[in-house]
Amino acid sequence: MDLSLLGQYVLNGLMLGTIYAMVAVGFTLFFGVLDVIKFSHGDVLMVGAFTGLVAYLGLSALGVQSNALLTLGVMLSAVLLIALLGAALARWLVLPLRGAPPINLLLITLMAGTVLREAIRLFYPAGANPKPFPRLLPADSVSFGALTLRFDSAILIALGLASIVAVHLLVTRTRLGLAIRAVAQDSETAQVVGMNFQRIVLVTFAIGSALAALAGVTAGLYYNEINFGMGLLLGVIGFSAAVVGGLGNLYGAILGGFLFAGLQTLGAVWFAVPAYKDVFAFAVVILVMTWRPTGLIAEQSAERV
Amino acid sequence: MSARAAQQPVLWPAFAATGAIACFAYLFLRVEAQWEVAALAVGAVLALLAFGRTRLGAAVGAAWSVRPVPLAWGALLAASVVVALFAEDHFALLLIATVLLYGLACLGLTIQFGYAGVVNFSGAAFFGVGGYTAAVLATHTALPHPLVLAAGGVLAGAIGSLLVLPLLRTRGHYAALITIAFAILFKTFLEVNDALGGPQGLKVPGMRMLGWSFNDNIPLGEQTELSFYLSYAVFSLLLLAGALLLMRRLERSWLGLSLDAVRIDETAAAVFGFEVARWKILAFTLGNVLAGVAGAAYAMMTGFVAPASFTFAESLIMVSIVILGGLGNPVGVLAAAALVLVLPEKLQVIQEYRFLLFSGFVILVLLFRPEGLLPRTLRQYLPGWGRA
Repeated sequence: MDLSLLGQYVLNGLMLGTIYAMVAVGFTLFFGVLDVIKFSHGDVLMVGAFTGLVAYLGLSALGVQSNALLTLGVMLSAVLLIALLGAALARWLVLPLRGAPPINLLLITLMAGTVLREAIRLFYPAGANPKPFPRLLPADSVSFGALTLRFDSAILIALGLASIVAVHLLVTRTRLGLAIRAVAQDSETAQVVGMNFQRIVLVTFAIGSALAALAGVTAGLYYNEINFGMGLLLGVIGFSAAVVGGLGNLYGAILGGFLFAGLQTLGAVWFAVPAYKDVFAFAVVILVMTWRPTGLIAEQSAERV
Repeated sequence: MSARAAQQPVLWPAFAATGAIACFAYLFLRVEAQWEVAALAVGAVLALLAFGRTRLGAAVGAAWSVRPVPLAWGALLAASVVVALFAEDHFALLLIATVLLYGLACLGLTIQFGYAGVVNFSGAAFFGVGGYTAAVLATHTALPHPLVLAAGGVLAGAIGSLLVLPLLRTRGHYAALITIAFAILFKTFLEVNDALGGPQGLKVPGMRMLGWSFNDNIPLGEQTELSFYLSYAVFSLLLLAGALLLMRRLERSWLGLSLDAVRIDETAAAVFGFEVARWKILAFTLGNVLAGVAGAAYAMMTGFVAPASFTFAESLIMVSIVILGGLGNPVGVLAAAALVLVLPEKLQVIQEYRFLLFSGFVILVLLFRPEGLLPRTLRQYLPGWGRA
């Protein structure tokens, strides 16, 4: 294989890995504070992408020309609205079911995801068809020998990594992050020392969902197309990434995200039929789970009987 | 003698309930006007919700726990009457057989997480394994069709056993991920595999049994001709009756008790000497076999299999049926299967919105009645025990 093709694979893998990691970080945050899997996460991402698209259409209609301003507007509106959506889902669907069997929670969030997906399909104008997403970032490229690097991919990868680092700093270096970690470690004790449990949970869900919205906009800007079903597979992949890395561990989520992207890329290179890449990636996920039942970075908890 | 007579509960409420359900099923399949369908559906949900809380519900439950045999024959008879009443109606019989076969697959899932607590988000995949097995075997071999059905079940069980090891080593969300990953892997594999027809899928020949071809209409006299779906509906009914008998036997045996122990508290069960792994394997395999048999029969009835019928979304619908009906209650599962599968077909208005409405409904049930429409009741070993 020649170098330029290899370069393309690597770049594409990096881009995918960044998106997956952003989704996985959300899963792992939610699991950390509440021990729940919020399966509507992928569809929240999709709604984020559509919010971005609507914001773009609205701003364009208002006469905004500058691509930088448009990008900013698209990202801000998606992040803010989806943060609210995530907190609302947590407030009215996830928190009321605390204490119910985990499968009920998994199911209710799966169904919430279906509601979001169907709502976009049915009520967004011609929502059943893929929608073109505007090309807002500069599409120029620089060449290093055989390797071409497009600016928009580079910007998106950098932005995604920066957002993950920002969330990491937020969790590890701020007062709010301390509260989140306290609730994650022992929610009862956290409440005893006077923390507002519900508010911290809602804020955590808002942060995770905002990250998903950013991932959705990133996917839109990268592929220049979004559709109502894009969240389902991205959600499952993000979940796999979080679980393979080890739930509740931020590094695990990032590791899992890039691992999954790497597996897909390898699968695409190895198999004559590239479509086998997902079969390969999910098969490896099952094998990894057999080998390390609680993920690569294992959960550090003994079960109390 | 008088003490014994006092122990005998009256059977008529249970027979009446069976009759009422049969009448309802007949009406529901027969009515055409949209508002009538909607009214019947709402009525059914309310009746199911109320049923467990009234004295009538208690009386029916008592009768079933003490004298199951005559009641079971009564239920089989009632179901046969409903099937017979639609003997010339292709569409109604197809719906009935679909409900029965999906119900069979969902009973498999009930054994898995209603009894043993093993989650399975790839029910549709095992249903599909059965379907594709039937397609390949019935097309390329001369294997008698009862054996083809059995092979569908065996292969589903065998492929399921590939997942057993990862499932035994993991718990909770990690286990859920394994089955979700398998569901997606399976569907993607079918789509890209040309030998199995790719996205278009495969044709499946109709069922033949003892020289009887299921895909021919049945001539009756000069004018009338019975729908060929009648054979499938009757056959599915018999399969389902067998599965229900198996479920009841399983639940009342020490096997069922062990499965319950494993579900309720794995650690405690292990402490008391239950071999957790063994019971989980038993439940998982048995459930997949049922799903595989159902899938094989369904494929032969509809005449084709395609990856689009065995997606993760379909698996989710099966899980929702099991939870909606009441986890671990076979009767509830059947009621939920009927509601979920028949309603969108009858109520054309909601056809387009069915996934939206249906997911909203499941959310409401989970929020306000998490135990399902017809919750499972405690098993009773001794007739009339614990009753004044």
